[in-house]
Amino acid sequence: MSPAGQDFLRRMPEASSDLRRPLGLWRRIHVDPPLLLALLLLTGYGLVVLYSASGQNLYYLRRQMVFFVIAYCMMFTVAQVRMHVLERWAPWLYLGGVGLLVLVLFFGTGAKGAQRWLSLGGFRFQPSEILKLAVPIAVATYLAQRILPPRFKHVIWTLMLILIPTALIMRQPDLGTSLLIAASGLIVLFFAGLPWGYMFGALGTLVVGSWPMWQFVLRDYQKQRILTLLNPEADKLGAGWNIIQSKTAIGSGGLDGKGWLNGTQSQLDFLPEGHTDFIIAVLAEEFGLVGVLVLMALYLWVIVRGLTIAFNAQDTFSRLLAGSVTITFFVYVFVNMGMVAGMLPVVGVPLPLVSHGGTSIVTMMMGFGLLMAIGTERRRGTQ
Amino acid sequence: MPEPLHLKDHSLEGRIFAYRLVVAAALVMGLSLLLVARFYNLQVTNHQDYATQSDRNRVHVQSIPPIRGLIYDRNGVLLADNRPSYTLSIVKERVADLDTTLALLQSLVEVSPGERENFAKRLKQRRRPFEAVPLRYRLNEEEIARIAVNEYRLEGVEVEAQLVRHYPLGSLLAHSVGYVGRISDRELSAFDEDQYRRYSGTHIIGKIGLEKQYESVLLGEVGYQNVETNARGRVLRVLEQTSPRPGKNLNLHLDIELQRAGFAALGDNRGALVAIDVASGGILAMVSTPSYDPNLFVTGISYKDYRELNESLDLPLFDRALQGQYPPGSTLKPVLGLGGLQHKVIDTEFGINDPGFYQLEGEERLYRDWTWRKKRDGHGSHVDLHMAIQQSCDTFYYDLAFRMGIDLMHQVGSEFGLGQRTGVDIPSERAGLWPSRQWKRGARGLHWFPGDSLNVGLGQGDVLTTPLQLASMTATLAARGERRAPRLVKAVDGIDVVPGAVKGAVADSPHWDYVFNAMKDVVHSARGTAQGIGRGAKYLMAGKTGTAQVVGIKQGEDYDEDAVAERQRDHALFVGFAPYEAPAIAVAVILENAGSGSAAAAPIARNMFDAFMAQENRELAGVREGED
Repeated sequence: MSPAGQDFLRRMPEASSDLRRPLGLWRRIHVDPPLLLALLLLTGYGLVVLYSASGQNLYYLRRQMVFFVIAYCMMFTVAQVRMHVLERWAPWLYLGGVGLLVLVLFFGTGAKGAQRWLSLGGFRFQPSEILKLAVPIAVATYLAQRILPPRFKHVIWTLMLILIPTALIMRQPDLGTSLLIAASGLIVLFFAGLPWGYMFGALGTLVVGSWPMWQFVLRDYQKQRILTLLNPEADKLGAGWNIIQSKTAIGSGGLDGKGWLNGTQSQLDFLPEGHTDFIIAVLAEEFGLVGVLVLMALYLWVIVRGLTIAFNAQDTFSRLLAGSVTITFFVYVFVNMGMVAGMLPVVGVPLPLVSHGGTSIVTMMMGFGLLMAIGTERRRGTQ
Repeated sequence: MPEPLHLKDHSLEGRIFAYRLVVAAALVMGLSLLLVARFYNLQVTNHQDYATQSDRNRVHVQSIPPIRGLIYDRNGVLLADNRPSYTLSIVKERVADLDTTLALLQSLVEVSPGERENFAKRLKQRRRPFEAVPLRYRLNEEEIARIAVNEYRLEGVEVEAQLVRHYPLGSLLAHSVGYVGRISDRELSAFDEDQYRRYSGTHIIGKIGLEKQYESVLLGEVGYQNVETNARGRVLRVLEQTSPRPGKNLNLHLDIELQRAGFAALGDNRGALVAIDVASGGILAMVSTPSYDPNLFVTGISYKDYRELNESLDLPLFDRALQGQYPPGSTLKPVLGLGGLQHKVIDTEFGINDPGFYQLEGEERLYRDWTWRKKRDGHGSHVDLHMAIQQSCDTFYYDLAFRMGIDLMHQVGSEFGLGQRTGVDIPSERAGLWPSRQWKRGARGLHWFPGDSLNVGLGQGDVLTTPLQLASMTATLAARGERRAPRLVKAVDGIDVVPGAVKGAVADSPHWDYVFNAMKDVVHSARGTAQGIGRGAKYLMAGKTGTAQVVGIKQGEDYDEDAVAERQRDHALFVGFAPYEAPAIAVAVILENAGSGSAAAAPIARNMFDAFMAQENRELAGVREGED
């Protein structure tokens, strides 16, 4: 055998093993077992906390379980989608989503001065949820077809893709969601190799541009939230109440917590929104730092698995999408925990898979469906 | 220029992506560590602080207000008590939109504009967070039910059962018992630490009268309970409790029957009377008219009601008995006459020729007797002290005053408490004015002139006394020189209050009998100035009339009662005691602008004596009724 042939042979077994080995059951049904296990543990943990956080209200628990069932079904369904099909449909998905957002502006319903919902014959949903997936898909599709790292022109087009839905959602107004959607698109751009110079340049512009932003764009209640973060003690009964109470809940939990259903802050209603955005405070109060670390470990498990899938992905589109879905998930975790712990402004971001709330869970699980689809897709060349 | 051909470099893209993935993973790890550090900081480093904070959240110390002490008269008649009352109050911090809630409440129960206004005022006052602010008091059953039905729409609205101070006898005792009211901003800011603690559950404080004077006794000691509450302040359970100690009850010397008699006798007149138990100095009755309903003030008086009271020309809020300062007029004559005898300025044989006026040597001015406008020949050619008291001879007293001089008169009057606060146990007493050389030099910067002495001798000029002072003076006289501070409170929680220090001693001299006898003849002799009131009495009394000028009468001008405007007419006074043989009750009466003391004031004193004797001696009352 020639040395060259040996080289060839040396490489072959790895590549061919992947091709020749009969497909496993998991792979055939497009499920990634490590990811699934982590998600099951997370949602289970979430239900335990929610039961306590909702004041042992079985209504919330049942509702959440129904959402989980729907969410898992959607995840398995999305996992079956082939990436090249998704790429082809991406523009329509994006345009449809933006169209619905425009409809919300005119026909939307909502509460507390915000218009976020669209009612269709008794069925209500938030079109912004669609954009949580549509934006990264569209951006990934667009960039995957360009030469990377992206040139300035393409960066501008990408930013336009991101900006349109972001601005529409900000108008509703829903600052939290719009920033997260912008983040999901920007993360794609980051993974596509956006030059560092652009990033630092943008960061500098942002710092300089924050003044007009403060003056003209932010709503009073949004400014209030930022001011409250900087000095929550100033308005103990009003704006600062949430943060003071959540910090008290977390801090009083200590290392091992007060025990399940025994958190006084949450059980005596001192903690507002304990079953939705502030649920981590309930967890921290009742299960202590240990419980928080377990939750963090589960989240990191999901993230490491997601990054692994992104690393092993077959093509640029899949890589970008998988990277974005995973990192966006982390952004959710970080923003929510940071906000409840008093490090970040209070913007309405739920704790992924734990907070009560239907649509965001379904969207999130559909994102994991995409990860599973990417992780279990066979090489295109072998088809 | 043809565009340069760019080809997708898959391996470059893969490398870039792998590199960025590593950066992202590092960021994730870094930020996760930051979160963990933050939670570690909250949950481990600062755990103790937050645990304390959480307990403080959960466990609230609630104050339990003590029950305010009751006030009884000498026979156990209730003068001030506490009645359960349902109060509608609002916790502002728990109300989302105050205007909406108020509008809704007004559709359910009647809230007067005055109550709205008071509520707004209370809302602006300093108060503890989450403290309920009362909107309406005295809800009836139906109103409570209507609020209960709508409770779900009324977050932050509470109906509490409270004990509210009540004065069953209303205006009868407004000035002496006084009233309580909500603690004002000014009172609150003057509180020290201990008071702040003692009033932590109490919203009311004594404002005037006994309620103010005996505030610390009536208040009681606040109790506490540790309660577990939820965030909305609802008490879930009581963890431990220290019971409050109720305030002490007051038993007064005051006799409500006498008070009633005095109040009725004064009627619609502006005036005051004070009746004192001679033996103890206890105040049996103290009336100032017109009066007002103290219950109006308890839960906050409306602006309109207050303005009405405050702006009335009759000054109902003014306590004439303690704060009204009037020239005593001739009511001083027995005391000054006694002083003249005791200090040997005159004796019982001494007499003057009364031409109807007195003239100081070397002065033009005529000091005229009160009889001048009826007849111009005075009281007779030999007027002695007995006659001077009996007929109230001014000429005699001008002469006596000149002989005594201001220093001696000042000394004598002071022994009977003139010009000094009596030391009664209610606040805001006025001292009156009993002039002296020093006083005139200090206040006016002038020397003392003999003419000044003549005025003082007649109880005119600068002399001012309160009805309480006159009653105390009369009681001192009746007790033969023993002066006691008049007191309203007889016992606290059944334990007798140690009586005030006694000044002077019983002087068992014939001079007293002489003066008493003259005072008896004021009432019981044909020529006495108050002989009208002595008729038909089954006991003997002693007294002295007085008429005090409100406006000065110029030389050579006659005083014509009808021509003088009503409010410039003389004040009518009477002081006296009964029974004559063993004085038990001393009374001072003043009627503003009522003319002469004999016609207007003396019959009121007779009423008081009758009421007292009827109380004191049922048999006597029985005999008299039998006779009628």
